[in-house]
Amino acid sequence: MRIIELEVNGKKTEVAIDERESLADTLRERLHLTSVKKGCEVGECGACTVLVDGKAVDSCIYLTLWAAGHKVLTVEGITGPGGELSAVQQAFVDEAAVQCGFCTPGLIMTAVEIVGTGRRYTREELRKMISGHLCRCTGYQNILNAIERVVNETHKAVGK
Amino acid sequence: MGIGQSLKRVDAYEKVTGRAKYTDDLAPAGALVAKVVRSTIANGRVLAFDLHKASLIPGVVRIFTCFDVPDIPFPTAGHPWSTDPAHQDVADRKLLNERVRIYGDDIAVVVADNALAAEQAAGLIGVEYETYPPCTDAEKAMQEGEHPLHEACPDNLLKHTVSQAGSFSFDALSKEKDLCVLQANYTTQVVQHCHIEPPVSYAYMDSGRVVVVTSTQIPHIVRRVVGQALGLPFGMVRVIKPYIGGGFGNKQEVLYEPLNAWLTTKLGGRAVKLELSREETFFGTRVRHAMAFSIKSAIRSDGRLVAREGWARSNQGGYASHGHSIVANAANAFRMLYQDEAGHHFDAYTVYTNLSSGGAMRGYGIPQIIFALESHMDDLALAVGADPIDLRMQNCMKEGYVDPGTGITCHSSGLLECLEKGRKATDWDSKRRAYQNQDGPLRKGIGMAIFCYKTGVYPISLETASARLLLNQDGSVDLQLGATEIGQGGDTVFTQMAAETIGIPESMVHIQSTQDTDTAPFDTGAYASRQTYVTGMAIKQTAEQFRQKLLRYAAGYYKKELENLDIQEGFLVEKDPQKRIGPLSEMAMEAFYSLENAQHITAETTHHCKENTFSFGVCFAEIEVDIPVGKIRIVNLLNLHDSGILINPQLAEAQVHGGMSMGLGYGLTEQLLFGEDARPLNGNLLDYKLPTSMDTPELQARFVETDDPTGPYGNKSLGEPPCIPVAPAVRNALLHATGVGINRLPLNPQNLVEHFLHAGLIEAKTVEGGRQDV
Amino acid sequence: MYDFGTIYEAKGIPDAITALMADENAVVLCGGSDVLLRVREGRLAGRNLVSIRSIDDLSGILQENNETIQIRPATTFAQITQNELVQRCIPTLGEAVDQIGGPQLRNVATVGGNLCNGACSADSPPVLLTLNAELEITGPNGARRLLLEDFFEGPGKVNLEHGELLTAIRVAKKDYEGYFGHYIKFSQREAMDIATLGCAVQVKLGAEGKTIEDARLAFAVAAPVPMRCHAAEESIRGQAVGETLYDWFGRTALTEVRPRTSWRASETFRRQLIYELSGRALKAAIQKAKGEGSA
Repeated sequence: MRIIELEVNGKKTEVAIDERESLADTLRERLHLTSVKKGCEVGECGACTVLVDGKAVDSCIYLTLWAAGHKVLTVEGITGPGGELSAVQQAFVDEAAVQCGFCTPGLIMTAVEIVGTGRRYTREELRKMISGHLCRCTGYQNILNAIERVVNETHKAVGK
Repeated sequence: MGIGQSLKRVDAYEKVTGRAKYTDDLAPAGALVAKVVRSTIANGRVLAFDLHKASLIPGVVRIFTCFDVPDIPFPTAGHPWSTDPAHQDVADRKLLNERVRIYGDDIAVVVADNALAAEQAAGLIGVEYETYPPCTDAEKAMQEGEHPLHEACPDNLLKHTVSQAGSFSFDALSKEKDLCVLQANYTTQVVQHCHIEPPVSYAYMDSGRVVVVTSTQIPHIVRRVVGQALGLPFGMVRVIKPYIGGGFGNKQEVLYEPLNAWLTTKLGGRAVKLELSREETFFGTRVRHAMAFSIKSAIRSDGRLVAREGWARSNQGGYASHGHSIVANAANAFRMLYQDEAGHHFDAYTVYTNLSSGGAMRGYGIPQIIFALESHMDDLALAVGADPIDLRMQNCMKEGYVDPGTGITCHSSGLLECLEKGRKATDWDSKRRAYQNQDGPLRKGIGMAIFCYKTGVYPISLETASARLLLNQDGSVDLQLGATEIGQGGDTVFTQMAAETIGIPESMVHIQSTQDTDTAPFDTGAYASRQTYVTGMAIKQTAEQFRQKLLRYAAGYYKKELENLDIQEGFLVEKDPQKRIGPLSEMAMEAFYSLENAQHITAETTHHCKENTFSFGVCFAEIEVDIPVGKIRIVNLLNLHDSGILINPQLAEAQVHGGMSMGLGYGLTEQLLFGEDARPLNGNLLDYKLPTSMDTPELQARFVETDDPTGPYGNKSLGEPPCIPVAPAVRNALLHATGVGINRLPLNPQNLVEHFLHAGLIEAKTVEGGRQDV
Repeated sequence: MYDFGTIYEAKGIPDAITALMADENAVVLCGGSDVLLRVREGRLAGRNLVSIRSIDDLSGILQENNETIQIRPATTFAQITQNELVQRCIPTLGEAVDQIGGPQLRNVATVGGNLCNGACSADSPPVLLTLNAELEITGPNGARRLLLEDFFEGPGKVNLEHGELLTAIRVAKKDYEGYFGHYIKFSQREAMDIATLGCAVQVKLGAEGKTIEDARLAFAVAAPVPMRCHAAEESIRGQAVGETLYDWFGRTALTEVRPRTSWRASETFRRQLIYELSGRALKAAIQKAKGEGSA
């Protein structure tokens, strides 16, 4: 076991880990951030996606050790202090982009990265940007609608 | 809001915030971890184990083998229990199996302090086998007799049934002028559900009872099967179903819950968690059956179907699971979708092999038969020079049809309207003309396929559902069901139904999303696209009773005429003249706390559904095929559905999108491959080609709403149907584009290139053509 | 939790080499997207890992004095695609590695790993082969250089001794200046997939764009290792640009390749792809060279 320090959802966190742990293991089992889902454990499904220093990674194939000194963001970290939904989350609700919900937190994190660029993207670009996530329920249609909507709204807001 | 309104999902907030707890999120810290030890052969028998090395791994608590488990065979299918022993599911396995029938069969289990120790130990267990040659082919399996997979089936034939109507002879028919006879074979592949949440459960004992928390579509059935498998009275088993990350039929099966439950009983009631890896799901759970079909038809030059005969051979894999019912369902659809002038004859066979076991998967045998049948219909259209839409309109099931096999009546049909709308929306007629006689490497085509689908399982099986409504002090109600939300939006539409019938806004309905068999009323669960129909009937009936109780209490409390009272938008109102009396909360407080007349107003009813109805739909696919590399690009994909009245249009549309995507994977890329040793070759999400966002086109869903007289709110099945017609629609578009009809799924590039080489669309490349001389 | 022994985070190249030399079973780990999977599958279970991901000298892309482009092996695919130097001088590489896996994977997986695990299906080797890339390999006895073409020895086997590290990938100016390239990844899915066939072409056109001054062709999955097709290249060198070239090019390539039948694809199908994609990649590269839009 060793103790590492990292920033999780905006908060400095010290956590004792086994160095063989994946970041997904640590977030779920030690920090109880169960939005991070495990669907394949080999980086194929994207359900465990979190942002490390703003970039989406599959936390199942990312050793926790590597996150030491870095910033990790999960869906728990983008919900407001009073439970307010972020624009991305609200768009997922409004566009019926959620079904079983298991791929949802990971996809939302990728969407957060996309929206964070402040740029606009074509539908095809967005398809590519979310292609590291497998969803069996939605056919991606409403997920794309949700992300496209919030990208456009954010762009407008930034543009003003 | 109410019926027909796009209420936002009642679980959306929990899911977008990551607060929705799935089974693994709830497992207690410190739970023991179980890892199933799997056979490395596909056919044979376990003779002995060497557990020594494994038992030395630190953290290992116990190892159990197939020689330790109770000698109780049990069934796994998520069907209601049948009181008729002849109709009960096949009980063909124990908690762990000595007789190995599939690669990765459950032969032992390690329980350890942590997952790593369990995995390490599982890998160190030595196994001595008697091995038999594996058989993956259903036709061959029927001829092999030396080592039948199950003693009760010496020729590996689980069951053979016949669907027949009328009398005819193809010999005689083939002599008739003006009649065309066409025969072809069609085959479909093994695919897997690929719900993103792997199968997982944990079990512990509480007050002497076994509690199983599990990712299941069917909590009440899990309870019964766990009881059967462990020889426990059913009341000693409690099953809890939290949020589940998709099921698609794979979790309509009682797979590892019995083993998990047994483990806790052997370990002093300590919590034990049993989760399958993604790789294990490809052999340890269920798949969609591969089927082979032959269809022969006689059709008049005017397009009228005269007679059809055929057979289906369903590759069951090693265990019976849902048994013959899936191919029998396919045979039913063969009969139901088209009515022949003279008659039909169809044989259905279910055959054991050493493949991963086939079970329920979205569509339950219908995607297979519809691929065969709808491909065949386009072959027939080509043969007689008919327009594919016209041919279907002429021969398809119409309103008023009563199925001779099941008695199911077509109470409503929007199929013809779906076809007309689709014809217009896709510009069908001009595209059919425009894409004729193309040449060049890129060609376009447009095709379509239709289907019919039952709503629930009556009369083949029991249909029953219960609902419970409880009044709260604020006038809101708690809605408790045994029906399950599995991602499809069930909880949201159930909420809408209760709100509509009681007369309150949806915000006043609190649905209990977690089913706990201790409190959830009985329902058989999420399958067969049954819940909005059967559970919907129970909700409607219960809500009507509940509403009457509220009105009766209100009549006494407000001293009003009962007949003139109504509940609207959460208020008690007088109907004539229309006047609000007071909010339900006022009356509810009185009902709870009145010193004169305290009543806790509740209602609970069971609906025994003895009705069924058909939903319909069509898929239109426009494609572009890149002939030299065999790749299909979807230009336009449109599903039109008649699922009766839509309870929630936005969620209905979302449901169609998901089904279309699953249908497209079935049509184009997905295929679980097996080696000659019956071992899955591509059982992981990299090598098994589930469509990504980049493989999925824009998905268009439209509806024709019929008001079905039997549906509780005019509604019919919707959950499964969207995935059914996509693959044959694409296949028929390919036929249109190239003249090449491909009768084997999936339509992946290699399959296309092989067919194009055969058809001369691609020139075979010999090694000699190059310019090595330069 | 992964079933490996220990993990050592190396502080520099010599430190990593020392750590490797001290443990003959140790495995080099960088992005993790391949090695961790093999640990999980059991193929590398129990082994000790030497991580090189924190070594600054192994990361980044720079231009040397002679305008040779140096790509350091721990550079991720995402970094390569976004790199300005890559986009300007060797865009085909950025385009090829942008088709690997999905976005999350491209944020961690590295080009060095893509080369060193020796998979015949890897997407970066065909492009780097057509750029005549040269590798710098550093071991306990110093550095050596060899052509990428000589690096691949067999399926999963590369010319790298235990204790050696790939420390740089170099593309000389003469090998990219004036060249235009194209990479076609043919796979069953458009993302999250490995290549059924990968085909890379670089061309340099003669005066007025009328002739092929030089052409280079390389494949993934056309043989047990990534391979160049020198005969096909020679067959069109000096030839006039025109439709007939594509057919020659593909047919000649077919004389050089050694595709196999596996459950992933049949030899017949792969041959058809080799023929067809050679011509298509060449055509696209020529179009780029002529400035006729990017294919």
